[in-house]
Amino acid sequence: MLKAFASYVVYDLFGMARDTRLSGALEFFIYDTIKIFLLLSVIIFAVSVIRSYFPPERTKRILSHKREFIGNILAALLGIVTPFCSCSAVPLFIGFVEAGVPLGVTFSFLISSPMVNEVAVVLLWGLFGWKIALIYMVTGLLVAIVAGMIIGKLKLEKWVEEYVYTIKSLGAAADIAKQTFKDRLVYALENTTDILKKVWAYVIVAIGIGGFIHGYVPEDFLVKYAGPQNPFGVPIAVALGVPLYSNAAGVIPIVYALMEKGMSMGTVLAFMMAVTALSFPEMIILRKVLKVKLLAVFVGIMTVTIIGVGYLFNAIL
Amino acid sequence: MEIKVLGPGCANCFKMEELAKSAVKELGIEAKIEKITDIGQIAMHGILSTPGLIVNGKIKHSGKPLPSLEKVKELIKGEA
Repeated sequence: MLKAFASYVVYDLFGMARDTRLSGALEFFIYDTIKIFLLLSVIIFAVSVIRSYFPPERTKRILSHKREFIGNILAALLGIVTPFCSCSAVPLFIGFVEAGVPLGVTFSFLISSPMVNEVAVVLLWGLFGWKIALIYMVTGLLVAIVAGMIIGKLKLEKWVEEYVYTIKSLGAAADIAKQTFKDRLVYALENTTDILKKVWAYVIVAIGIGGFIHGYVPEDFLVKYAGPQNPFGVPIAVALGVPLYSNAAGVIPIVYALMEKGMSMGTVLAFMMAVTALSFPEMIILRKVLKVKLLAVFVGIMTVTIIGVGYLFNAIL
Repeated sequence: MEIKVLGPGCANCFKMEELAKSAVKELGIEAKIEKITDIGQIAMHGILSTPGLIVNGKIKHSGKPLPSLEKVKELIKGEA
């Protein structure tokens, strides 16, 4: 039905000739745009409804005094649905520690939350198919669980800034009124429009790259040095991705362009994870609660795990 | 009445402060609006996602998306 609509617009409404490169590209562009925005709206809305049941305060209570392993898995999963932005990373970190959430479990949450979310998964699904989306989600969760467990095992609590442990909650009672199901739907609607407003431009650019640019992208140099033939492709792509800062939607056009230029899937997924999970601004924010040593360990473990994921998928895909 | 707006200084935190000010003005009530930007202080108040709104010591809102002006007025009025 969407396909029929797209060809109606291109050939009947615009009166373009059939089977030209331009009309074909335009048809593809219209079809993909509608498909992806439908997917985005429906899934973000559904996740937002689930999200309304897991505000950070509740997640904190669930994770408090959880054992490692189980705690890490739960934290990574809750990271998908608990709302969180990097500007809140510090109060969230302090709140978690204060509530007795183990350090490694806190990290699993901090890693999974920006990296694995409905926007990333839907965009990968719409552009590259559900298998790639599923692979990204599962490996993203694995990276969060494993990295968090390693940090937990290393017993690095001493490398958290001391003042974090001295903060005691004033116990301001949360008086957020009990939500009716209608409240949750309203929240979900607001959240969906909020997210769509933020990501639509990136999505259009990504689809545009697929439809029109097809073959020309300026990241040529990147693919030459980080392409499938180069055994160091994965570490190079990750090293380039670590300082870059973007949310999942912002990185999607670049990811699409890299795929178009023939970069292998594992390398591309590793690049996307490095961009969304690690960034300079986030490090500067986290520096307020972590000593430089712990920050370095965190970046090191993440880099190594993400590189491992890249190699794994280049080998099996 | 004591109103606290908590946030480290992101765009949404400024909007939240504006919302609180407008709400107080439109309701025509006496209220002291305090802006808390220190991260440790924010955490101490039990706010996990910013911006936060605390009225008379009770957390009324935290995180995004921001409440509407009408909603903020309701939240404040509930404590008046």
